[in-house]
Amino acid sequence: MADYEEIINKLKTDRENAARDAALIVDESSAAKFKTTYLSPSSVLAESTQAIKSLDGQFKPLVGQASNEHKQYLTRLYDQAIASLKEKQLKASLSSEKLDITLPGRPVHRGRLHPDTQILRELLAIFSDMGFQVFQSREVETDEYNFQLLNFPVGHPARDMQDTYFMDVPDRGDNPLVLRTHTSPGQIRAMREIAALNPSDPPPVRVIVPGMVYRYEQVDVRHETQFDQLEGLAVGEGITFSDLKGTLTDMARRLFGPDARTRFRASYFPFTEPSAEFDIQCFQCKGAGCGVCGGGWLEIGGSGMVHPNVLRNGGYDPARFTGFAFGFGVQRIAMLRYGINDIRYFWDNDLRFLEQF
Amino acid sequence: MKAPLSWLEDFVEIDLPVARLAHLLTMAGMEVEEIRVIGLPLPEPGSTTAQLSGFEWDREKLVVAEVTEVMPHPNADRLVLCKLNDGKQEHIVLTGAPNLFEYKGIGTLAQPLKVAYAKEGAQLYDGHQDGLVLTTLKRTKIRGVESYSMICSEKELGISDEHEGIMFLDPALVPGTPLVDVLGDAVIDVNLLPSFARCASILGLAREVAAITGKPLNAPRFSPPPATSDSAWASLEITDPSLNPRFVLGLIRDVKIQPSPERVQHRLKLAGMRPINNIVDATNYAMLELGEPLHAFDYDVLHKRANGNAVKIITRAARQGETLTTLDNVERKLDEGTILVCDEAGILSLAGVMGGLESEVTATTRNILLEGASWNMIHVRRTAKAQNLPSEASYRFTRGVHPSMAENGVRRGLQLMSEWAQGKPDPLLVDAYPKPFTAPEVEITTQDVKRWLGLELSAVRIAELLARLEFKVEVSGDSVRATCPDHRMDIGEGITGKADLIEEVARIHGYDNIPETRIKDALPLQLGNPTLRRTDHVRDLLTALGLQEIISYRWTTPEKEGRRLPKDAATDDKPYMRIANPLAYEKAFLRHSVVASLLDTAERNARHAVKMALFEIGPVFLQSEDPSGLPDELTSLGVLLAGQRSPSGWQKADTAAMDYYDLKGVVEDLLESLHIADVNFKPGDHPSYHPGKCALILAGEQQLGVMGEIHPAVRERYDWGDTFKAPILAADINLDLLLSLIPELSRTKDIPAFPAVVEDLAIVLDETIPAVDAEKLIRQVGGKLLADLQLFDLFRGGQIGEGKKSLAYRLTYQAPDRTLTDSEVAQVRNRISKRLDQELGAKLRS
Ligand SMILES: [Zn+2]
Repeated sequence: MADYEEIINKLKTDRENAARDAALIVDESSAAKFKTTYLSPSSVLAESTQAIKSLDGQFKPLVGQASNEHKQYLTRLYDQAIASLKEKQLKASLSSEKLDITLPGRPVHRGRLHPDTQILRELLAIFSDMGFQVFQSREVETDEYNFQLLNFPVGHPARDMQDTYFMDVPDRGDNPLVLRTHTSPGQIRAMREIAALNPSDPPPVRVIVPGMVYRYEQVDVRHETQFDQLEGLAVGEGITFSDLKGTLTDMARRLFGPDARTRFRASYFPFTEPSAEFDIQCFQCKGAGCGVCGGGWLEIGGSGMVHPNVLRNGGYDPARFTGFAFGFGVQRIAMLRYGINDIRYFWDNDLRFLEQF
Repeated sequence: MKAPLSWLEDFVEIDLPVARLAHLLTMAGMEVEEIRVIGLPLPEPGSTTAQLSGFEWDREKLVVAEVTEVMPHPNADRLVLCKLNDGKQEHIVLTGAPNLFEYKGIGTLAQPLKVAYAKEGAQLYDGHQDGLVLTTLKRTKIRGVESYSMICSEKELGISDEHEGIMFLDPALVPGTPLVDVLGDAVIDVNLLPSFARCASILGLAREVAAITGKPLNAPRFSPPPATSDSAWASLEITDPSLNPRFVLGLIRDVKIQPSPERVQHRLKLAGMRPINNIVDATNYAMLELGEPLHAFDYDVLHKRANGNAVKIITRAARQGETLTTLDNVERKLDEGTILVCDEAGILSLAGVMGGLESEVTATTRNILLEGASWNMIHVRRTAKAQNLPSEASYRFTRGVHPSMAENGVRRGLQLMSEWAQGKPDPLLVDAYPKPFTAPEVEITTQDVKRWLGLELSAVRIAELLARLEFKVEVSGDSVRATCPDHRMDIGEGITGKADLIEEVARIHGYDNIPETRIKDALPLQLGNPTLRRTDHVRDLLTALGLQEIISYRWTTPEKEGRRLPKDAATDDKPYMRIANPLAYEKAFLRHSVVASLLDTAERNARHAVKMALFEIGPVFLQSEDPSGLPDELTSLGVLLAGQRSPSGWQKADTAAMDYYDLKGVVEDLLESLHIADVNFKPGDHPSYHPGKCALILAGEQQLGVMGEIHPAVRERYDWGDTFKAPILAADINLDLLLSLIPELSRTKDIPAFPAVVEDLAIVLDETIPAVDAEKLIRQVGGKLLADLQLFDLFRGGQIGEGKKSLAYRLTYQAPDRTLTDSEVAQVRNRISKRLDQELGAKLRS
């Protein structure tokens, strides 16, 4: 027969003990010990709950309430202690799991496009925005397409301007096979293909012809004997030299920024008339002259109005149509853009070069 | 073409700094490659794109002086002492110049020698060093005699390479005059494009300078002696006017052959020619000045060959087997097509290229027959090339010399010879001009200019620009009729002539003054370029798969490419396209194989790479039956993998060497991404590959390519260095075919709406049965409900037993319209295992 007051006192002592022990919960085992001492079936709380039924009726509700409050108190103490324990553990783990964030990351093997392809894509995108579509043309050409139809007659001194590789194919007379010396045969092939769509009223032409060309030339840091060229051709009923200047200046702006300027110098190419070489103002020195450029301008390529004979050879009546054409070395642009010092790097395919792009 | 400004100024006033002039010429199509100053200040670097050379002469320290006496040196035979007056005082100057020795010890000279005198502290080129090295003249003692000044050679002043003797100046010069005031000059070196043949002369360049700067041209006028077609001393026969449109002969008697005047020699040197004697110099001087190459014959030799009769000059093409000993004493075999100047006794010279030895002008020549002609430039070009005889004359004739210039050239030559060699020119010229050149007449309108250039110019302005270039012009309304002047042959007729004139208008108006516009024409039909688009897609997929793109030279050799096959295997028997004039044998053949290029690249990189994952897209060249004779240019895709699978870092990586299945993964992913239908692989048999690790890549029945591990006997034909041990894997794919199989449209599957049932199935079957057979059968039986099938384990040995393998698959069952029941799945599963057993003898592994 439990005494009412004794139970109340026990609960009170238990409460004080619990408050003291809760403060001692520092890890899982001290937490478990607290739970066993105060919240298990052998705890003071459980005893007092057991004892209720042997009390006199009047005391039953009082002890019941006290036990209940005590239980809530203990549970709260326990939950709080566990929460603060978890928080401490998290803090400890965060401060112990500190990486050396300066160590290198896991290496990834990325695939890359050749720098020539990268710059060519950029150029093709620029001209595509201006309505120029890509036309591709063969690398081994006949003399007829590489020279004669482009207004280089057999034996003409202009042929000395383009040192030529001839293919060893006998009995071709004045029409030997050559490695194309420029992408310009693509002009004839493109015009003929497009004119054939409607020979009596040929559609306008606006194409860009990228591709490998070949010159018989000793190789050094600035000269290659195989190089990538980009040819542009626009033929229509209102194409002018001023359009040529504007188009290439637009290209220069896209490549080198909105302040880019171009310069056109009179020149000679058999397949254009008037002919011009075009320069872009040096982006390093803005025209003042520096080690990259020499006199403030970077020589880029050749251009001009399509010669009447060439228009005619392409199937376009020169009395009705005019056209402009231009061509330049793709690697030249890449070398300027990426500060490449040696043109021989391009086809040498040293991975230590290619993996920089 | 080297042009001294002083010579240009004979014909046009130049009031611009030389750098500005060089810029204007360059912009107008005559690129000035070099500016060499002779004593004048150097242009600012950066003010011109031309190379600069030469140096500025100090006005005080470099002056004209006169040598009044040449005395022997007391201690040295090879030195002399000169008594010299520099206009202020007398000096004794030491020199070793051999060209003073003839004056040694003869006392005071009756006619003092005018020389270039350098005082202490003057800047000069060092005459004793190779090349041009500037040095400062210092006081020193030579053989006991104090020396603080010197008499200059041409090299020391930067005039020529001459350093043997000192330079003599015009006897009329006054001592003390700053040297720069007498000799100061600048020489521009102009790179002449083929269309600027008319500028291969001082007068030609002066004409352009006049046109560009708007100054008048003071062209020389010749009082013409009457011309005839023959005379008492010579007659002409041109057998083919297309080879030789015009031939002019002059005669000058009683010439005294001696050195030319100093100022003439000086000009020739500045223009890059060596003075020889007054006759040769006169021909060269006239050529440089007017652009007409001349040839001087010893008339008496020809007269003798004609047995004392009048000389008959015949021009014709060479016949087979003819030879001529040219004046360089080389006997030359002549090609047919070589144009010859002959007399009735035989060949005299190679027209426009080089004279014969026999009729050459010598020290004893007295009478000169002077030739000025025009020749077919294509023939001269061929001859100059075949005989390897580039010369100042052939330089001009191979670019075209207008026939009208022959006459003026001969007149100028005779004039100079009479002046310098005291000869007496015959009043007659003999002239044959069977095919007179008709000057083209071209009409252009303001509308033409607008149509070509996008520029509004008045007819008057157009006419004015053309008149500056000596076109005869006539304006009527909007139209200008222009007649070509008689020194140029680059202007065509009709619409070509229009284009030619438009260029001249643009050039003289200035390209800078033409606006920049955007194309106003309608945009042409936009069809794109599907081949390029697809090729670029392949490139992107391969780079996404971790591959590096390479681009190789197209040339190779059969031996180099032959390494892609084992030594004892049959060689590549397709004939190569060969270059007739390669830079080197290594660059003489166009490649047959992109894989060969990849192997070469990998070989070069093996020393410094641990992983190579490469691809190249490009043409291979194969002879074809096409009537054009052009080869087939087939686009190939080559892939090469070798080395460790993942790059190493400081953490553990998969450093095992890549194998066949790495390559297959790349190829499979590529083909799947391109939506190529019905891809399958068959064991392949190709000599480049390991016989057990080679597959044919097929789409349906079409063979896309071959892939596998490179045959060990091929691998050992390349030098991989000491460290690179990994197998080499390669694929060779016909890109043209692959691109043609990419469907224009592909279908995307919906995301499944109902849950899947996933089960594993492990089977044991004979080693000899390819895995693909089991997979095909499972898919076939699984039908539509089998949404996915993946092999996740391959096991051999243990309880599996000898000659068997175990394949474990993960099967995903799914229906698009409902959740599958257990019994539906069980039915399919049972059918699959039954069929595997029946058809492949494959047992379920428990
Ligand atoms: Zn610059």
